[in-house]
Amino acid sequence: MTKSIASVKGSSRMVGSRLAGTIMIFLFLTILGIFMALPIYLAVIMAFKPVQELFVFPPKLYVLDPTLDNFRDMFRTLSNLWVPFERYVFNSVLVTVCVTLAQCVFASMAAFVLAKCRIPGGTFLNKLIVVSLLYQSNVIYIMQYLIMARLRDTYWALILPAVASPMCLFLMRQSMASVPDAMIEAAKVDGANLFTIFWKIVIPNQKPALMTMMIFAFQAAWNIQGGSLVSRESLKTLPTAAAQAASAGLARAGVAMAAAVVMLVPPVVVFMLAQRQVIETMAHSGIKE
Amino acid sequence: MGGSRLQQTIRQIWQNREAYLMLAPFMLIFLIFTVVPVVMSLPIGFTDFNMVQLPKFVGLSNYSTLFLNDTIFIQSIRVTLIFALLTGPVSYVLCFLLAWLINELPQKLKTLFTLIFYAPSMANVYTVWQLIFSGDTYGYLNSLLLKLRIITAPVQWLTDGRFVLGTVIVVQLWVSLGAGFLALRAGFQNIDRTLYEAGAIEGIRNRFQELIYITIPAMAPQMMFAAVMQIVGSFTAGTVAQSLVGFPSTDYKAHTIMTHAYDYGWVRFEMGYASAICMILFVVMLLCNKAISRILGKYME
Repeated sequence: MTKSIASVKGSSRMVGSRLAGTIMIFLFLTILGIFMALPIYLAVIMAFKPVQELFVFPPKLYVLDPTLDNFRDMFRTLSNLWVPFERYVFNSVLVTVCVTLAQCVFASMAAFVLAKCRIPGGTFLNKLIVVSLLYQSNVIYIMQYLIMARLRDTYWALILPAVASPMCLFLMRQSMASVPDAMIEAAKVDGANLFTIFWKIVIPNQKPALMTMMIFAFQAAWNIQGGSLVSRESLKTLPTAAAQAASAGLARAGVAMAAAVVMLVPPVVVFMLAQRQVIETMAHSGIKE
Repeated sequence: MGGSRLQQTIRQIWQNREAYLMLAPFMLIFLIFTVVPVVMSLPIGFTDFNMVQLPKFVGLSNYSTLFLNDTIFIQSIRVTLIFALLTGPVSYVLCFLLAWLINELPQKLKTLFTLIFYAPSMANVYTVWQLIFSGDTYGYLNSLLLKLRIITAPVQWLTDGRFVLGTVIVVQLWVSLGAGFLALRAGFQNIDRTLYEAGAIEGIRNRFQELIYITIPAMAPQMMFAAVMQIVGSFTAGTVAQSLVGFPSTDYKAHTIMTHAYDYGWVRFEMGYASAICMILFVVMLLCNKAISRILGKYME
């Protein structure tokens, strides 16, 4: 009885110091966060600045006379491009959805096998993934161009090279490494096949990593331009269109920022939705195994 | 003897056919669009290749030119090493520290702070940095420093050889809380809470003990992932510099190995030479990765 009272007292003191610590952390992160957010804040307000305010001295941290002119200019330029603007939107949405879905499914399946199954060649493939992340060379693009001979100027050229991302696989593999082997063995004894184990046991356990992978996949897919693999204007994506709208010197800096801000909206929305899922995981993860 | 071993391997493969089937979609695409191009590009470093004519074998001459005659390459090695040694470890520690501190906050604040620190990796706003560091009095930094009377004349942050590398390092640090940071955030979120309860019973008193005895060992795989990402990020940086201080930078002060490869590959179309440059960078990163995984591996056991 006395013991339990003592421990309650002790823990209340601990809660107190914990709270003080949390406030300190909050203050530290806020100060650092202001510096991190400042350039993005400047980009956003620049998108709302009229041209004459871009070159005011001293430069202001706020907009005197906010305007939507930059956005209007941007959409006007976009609607005068070779191809209807809707086409770029369609291309981007199609490519982003296909790449994100395929990447998440394929990478997490492969990651499960590489993390948890002892198969001939497994160690080699694990090493290959990391090594391929470290090898960066501009010659690769030429070789990809050669390999894609038949697929150039199709949607496949935009989608396929982006699907097998070693980064996503590596992330999932590392995260799945901490799934207890005993859990998988138990399911095997119960007669579950490998895919069932993956789908019913491992995946529900990997929500944070899965959601994080989705953020990476979406972000990469959203920025796909196709480079030299796609030359037909009707196959180009939004980043290409946005770059065209923004490329007219520093006088159009406001329009460039408007384009950057608009392009940033979908990744941020996906980020917020996914990150909320990541954080909710904590509340339920008491029951593991 | 050898035959029975082969038979055994084949039997193992057959027994694991389900596993191979699950690997297949990713590995096939990975093989065709990543591994094959990489393997095809490996020998290019030993050739003279201008993208118009077929590659011509020249042995080690690209490599000997690089180390013996190309003073700008030697300069770029120096820049890359300074750059990587400053940004790599700092950004790695920042990734871990911030991911951990955010984890200690109440739920609502977690998303907000994660977004603030990760946003630079999503936004493509180098134009803003150009305005901040702009060399005239319109630049935000110059105007602030002038107002505070720290400087009396505007500083040419983007063109003065004394400042360009520092400027680029600041911006690189700003964008460096990327994949590694987010993976660590996910890792923290997935640590089993019962481990902390068990730790509390065994006498763990404060956040730091929790960090050392529970969190870090549980986070080893994510820390390895973040390390690889930071190595790649800090060694292959070049785009930040190119879009910020121009190409080539003043006196090649921010000229990294990657910029050098870009110069020879996409400006002069000497792909053989560019490929040799990339190969050297690859070897450096490989060694760095070996060293880090050894350190992390030892620490985890």
